[in-house]
This record gives sequence, structure tokens and C-alpha cells, in this order.
Amino acid sequence: MKKLILGLTTAVSVVACVAAASAEPVKVGMITTLSGGGASLGIDSRDGFLLAIKQSGNKDVEVIVEDDAQKPDLAVQLADKLIQSDKVDVLTGIVWSNLAMAVVPSAVAQGKFYLSTNAAPSQLAGAGCNPNYFSVSYQNDNLHEAAGEYANAAGMKKVFIMAPNYPAGKDSLSGFKRFYKGEVANEIYTQLGQTDYAAEIAEIRASGADGVFFFLPGGMGISFMKQYAGAGVEVPLIGPAFSFDQNILQAVGDAALGVKNTSTWSKDLDNEANKGFVAAYQAEYNRLPSIYAAQGYDTGNLLLSAMASASVTDADAFRKALEAADFKSVRDKFSFGPNHHPIQDIYVREVIKEGDIYTNKLVDTALTDRADAYVADCKM
Amino acid sequence: MTVALFLEQMLNGLQLGVMLFLMAAGLTLIFGVMGLINLAHGSLFMVGGFVCAAVAAWSGSFWLGLIASLAAAAALGALVEIVVIRRLYDRDHLDQVLATFALVLMFSEGVRFVFGSFPLYLDPPAFLSGPVTLPGGLPYPAYRLAIIIAGLAVAAGLGLLISRTRLGMQIRAGESDREMIAALGVDIRFLYTVVFALGAALAGFAGALVGAIQSVQIGMGEPVLILAFVVIVIGGIGSIRGALIAALLVGVVDTMGRLLLPMLLSNVMHASNAAGVGSALASMLIYLLMAAVLVFKPKGLFPANA
Repeated sequence: MKKLILGLTTAVSVVACVAAASAEPVKVGMITTLSGGGASLGIDSRDGFLLAIKQSGNKDVEVIVEDDAQKPDLAVQLADKLIQSDKVDVLTGIVWSNLAMAVVPSAVAQGKFYLSTNAAPSQLAGAGCNPNYFSVSYQNDNLHEAAGEYANAAGMKKVFIMAPNYPAGKDSLSGFKRFYKGEVANEIYTQLGQTDYAAEIAEIRASGADGVFFFLPGGMGISFMKQYAGAGVEVPLIGPAFSFDQNILQAVGDAALGVKNTSTWSKDLDNEANKGFVAAYQAEYNRLPSIYAAQGYDTGNLLLSAMASASVTDADAFRKALEAADFKSVRDKFSFGPNHHPIQDIYVREVIKEGDIYTNKLVDTALTDRADAYVADCKM
Repeated sequence: MTVALFLEQMLNGLQLGVMLFLMAAGLTLIFGVMGLINLAHGSLFMVGGFVCAAVAAWSGSFWLGLIASLAAAAALGALVEIVVIRRLYDRDHLDQVLATFALVLMFSEGVRFVFGSFPLYLDPPAFLSGPVTLPGGLPYPAYRLAIIIAGLAVAAGLGLLISRTRLGMQIRAGESDREMIAALGVDIRFLYTVVFALGAALAGFAGALVGAIQSVQIGMGEPVLILAFVVIVIGGIGSIRGALIAALLVGVVDTMGRLLLPMLLSNVMHASNAAGVGSALASMLIYLLMAAVLVFKPKGLFPANA
């Protein structure tokens, strides 16, 4: 019996191999954050990516998922293991820029492809760009730039700006100021992981600002918005989508209603790919997708599109296939610039309540066909 | 800077201090009475926040959630003491740190297992959710004012418990000489469990109170735990009075530092740089305070066994 089954499986796999002779199997190593405070971001990135693979029915993709616990040293170890012992062809999944900086340069130097589902630090977009590195999400500054542009459009003249005191926080404020033309009421760096914003809120109240721009990803944003609503300050808030993703909004509740935020994606973007994605994601995981899930999904589809036209063993052809970005993105427009970062529209969303669920709706487009500020520094 | 902003920041500092006191009181009692370094104290804070959020979501009542968080943290504290901590009293501090750090990891993953990976929603009760106007026309969040009052009430209650009741007498005796009170017929094992549960309940209470204005998420207890350790070192290990004064001191110094340092520095450098440098210095300020206190009073401001 055992022999019979073995024989049958061999026969089936031989047939399968013949049928899929054009497509070389691709091994994907996904390093993402599945435990600790930042886990919800990684879980959504993973679920979006795996949904794309599952929908395609493509059996030639093998995905190995590893949890980096948001620790750079662990991410480096996992990357070494995936490259050396699992022999993956493509790496993906890292959420945080500091982890990406620890992993990406050495992975692409070893000839692996890296497709970023989220983190896209400026170092990898400018002088440190690499032919094998693709950001499918954005360049880190993009959403902050769009917020600056939106502040102009909304007629804000004196904006109070605030971000955590770490590299991405500094990039955020400089990205905002790159497009914002009015006066900066005050510029504040908070501590990374800070949970109490009473002092900052008191300063906002005293500053006479007519708008507040804040970049406080994850739990920091939840704390800030709840405390801001409790303090009764009426100055309107704007921020990048990181503090307004589907999972965070449920924890913020009414305090987030009406807040404007900038994003590359929204669940009500009116295109076929996005409608299909939102419905399939809900059916599969029984929750609404976030921006991380959307970016993960696009990354999965980009990989599949490249596999359909080139073999991963031929790196030059595979790179060309990735550059073509020949897939249906859930964002309306998507193409790669010369530094392998997206050229796309960046939208303004507003937080609303649909039934019992807090979510976002599109209200405006802040930047059209935006590339990034570093593309000129990239020589490859 | 206006007087109103200064007063508001003083209140903010006071509120942070009161919250730190709730954490530090349990920590200092446990260290003072049992000589145990308990890193898992932050996990009890987290459990308090999660239980309060879950019960409040289920029942619709914040107050029920608050009571449930007290009960759950106390029960969990007692359980942990009986199952794990009891075996650590005779070990050295390194073993205690290792074992309680393991508890931190287990609690974090346990909470994820029970409540999921996403932050939970918890709001203050409706009548405390907006601002109130203080004398002088200063608007201030009602809920923060309530935290200050609740915290000071707990501090007063704890002071009475330690100085006026039989249990308090046993706790003080346990701090000075544990063999002697055992010899006098006090059930020391039971006393330890009670003290641990009391400290756990205070941490859970703090977690629930703070959860309503912060993010109820995994790992929320660790940043507070570090500050609480700073507080008990400054206040003098084992001293409730020291913990209260040090907590208020740390709260006010931290809050005022974040406000004043960038302002002062902007007089001597560019505003953007002043913001970055000021913020970095402000986050160091309480550790500098701790170092300064230790130089002049190596046992803290109010050492318990002075």
C-alpha cells in the first residue's frame, strides 16, 4: 500500500512538473513581526501576502514565515538561516525600518531579491539603493509629504508637528516640512514608546496652532488620540496612515472620528482588484484589511507576476519582470521608479464609523504620481 | 510660557507620579518584606488593563471592569506567589530576576493567547471623558483629575493599613526580622501570599486606570516597570512613604523636563535641534536625578530600615 501511494505521488508530481515546466519553483523567506507589541502589523502583512499566493493557486511558491519579535539581532539571524540553510530566493515581510537596515543590505549583497511589504528607509532609496531591492509599499517619507501638502490645501497656516525621537521620526518631520509651506508652531520629539502625552497636549493647547501633524505609530498613536480627545482640544489632527490602520482604530474608538490621514491605499478605493481583495480578505480572516495587509497582498501579486514571465534562477530576467510590475494593484496606479520605489497617488482619508466598526473613507488625493525625494541619488 | 501652562503641567506631573506610586508601592512592599526582585510586576499591570478592557466591553461598565481587574490581578498574584515565587525567597537575586523575567515572557504570550494580538479598546466612563474647568479657567481632563484623587486615596489607605492595622504590623515586622515573627507564631507563608496579592492588585488597578487613556496592548507594563524601579530606588527600598514622595518627584521632574528643556535650549541653538537634544536630555533627567540621590543618600530618601 505504502509503495502504491509513493508510486502515485511520484507519478502526480512528475505530471505536475511537466505541466509547470515553464515556472521554476520559488522559495520565499518571510521575516515579520508576529509577537510583541507590534505583532498586529506583521500578522496583517503576512495574511495579505499569503492570501495573494493562495488565490493564485500557484503551487510553485513555498513561503517560510519567521517571527522577528521586532528585534534587529533576531531578524539578522533569521535572514542568515533562511539564506544559508533554507536556500530561499526571495526575502520579504519586514515591518520596521531599523530591522530592514540590519537585514536588507547583506541579503541583496548575497544575490537574493528583497521585496519590501512596508519598511522603506531613505538610505535604501538614495545612495544605498540596490538592483535586487524593491519597495512595494512606498518610500518612508511619502505619507508625511502628503500630509504636508494636505495641510496647505486645508489652509493650515500654523501647524504643531510631533514625532518620536528616532530616525523614522526625524524623517517624518522633515518629509512633512518638505511640502508644507506655512509656519511651524512648534516641533516636538517625544520618546519612542511614550505612553503619556499630557505634557505635549498642554503645549498644543498653549501654542495657538491651527493644525497638529503627528507621526506616532502603533500604541503611541492610540494613547495620544484618546488623551487628546479627553483634553477637549479642538485643533484638527492630521497624520500618516500608520496611526489609523484598521486594527488600531478599534482601540481608539470615537476619539479618532473625523481625523484626516494620508495613505497609499484605502479599503474603498474603487477598482476591481481592491474590491476583490477586501471581500476575499474578509472571507478568509473575518476582519477588514489594513494598509499592511494591502501592501502584503500587492507584494504577493508582484512576485507571482514576475514568476509568470521569468525564472528566478535567471536574476536579470527576473529583475526585469519585477520592474515591469505587471500585476493588478489594489492601489489605482502602481509602477516602479528607477530606484525600485513606487510611483503612485497618495490619498487623504477620514476616520468614520460604519455600524460598529471604525474605518476610513477616501476624501481627497494629496499627491499625484509621487515618486520620492531620493531617486536622484540612486545610481544603479 | 503662561501660568496656565505651568499649572497644567504640574497637574500632569502629579498624575504621572500618582500612577507610578501605585506600581512602586507593590514593588517596594514585595522587595521590603520578602527581599524579592519581581520583574513580573509589569505583567500584572498589563493583566489589569486587559481584564478591565475585556470586562468593560462585555458588560458595558467601566466600574465593573475596574473591580474585575483588581480581583483578577490579586488572584493571579496569589497564584504566582504560591506556584513560583515561594521557591525563590532563599535564592539569590540573579535567580529571582531570571525566574520572574521568564514569567514576563509567559504572561505576554499568555495574554496574546487569550485576548489576541490587537490592542483592546477601553474608554473612561462617560461622565469623566471630557475636560472640566478648574478654578482660574484652566480646562483639564476630568479623568486625569480622577486618577490623581483615586491614587492619593489609595496612598492614604495604604498608609493607614501599614501603620494602624494588625496586618500592617506584621508586614512591618516582616521587613525588620522575618525569622522572629515566624517564631512568634505568625504564618509567614500566608503573610507573604497576602503581601504579594496586595502588590499585584495595586499594579492591576494602575493598569486598568491607565488603560482607559492609553493603549491596552501587550508589553504595556515594561516601560512603567522601569520607572517604578527608579522610584523605589530614589524613595528607599521598602518604604511606602518614600515611594509616594519619590513617585511624585519623578512624575513632576519628568513632565517639567520634557516641557522646559527644549524651551531653554532653543535660546542657545536652532529650534529644530533644540527639540531633538532637549527631548533626549529630558528622557535622561530622571536617571540623573536617581544618580544624584544615590550619591548623597545611597539608601534612598527614606530608607525603610534606617
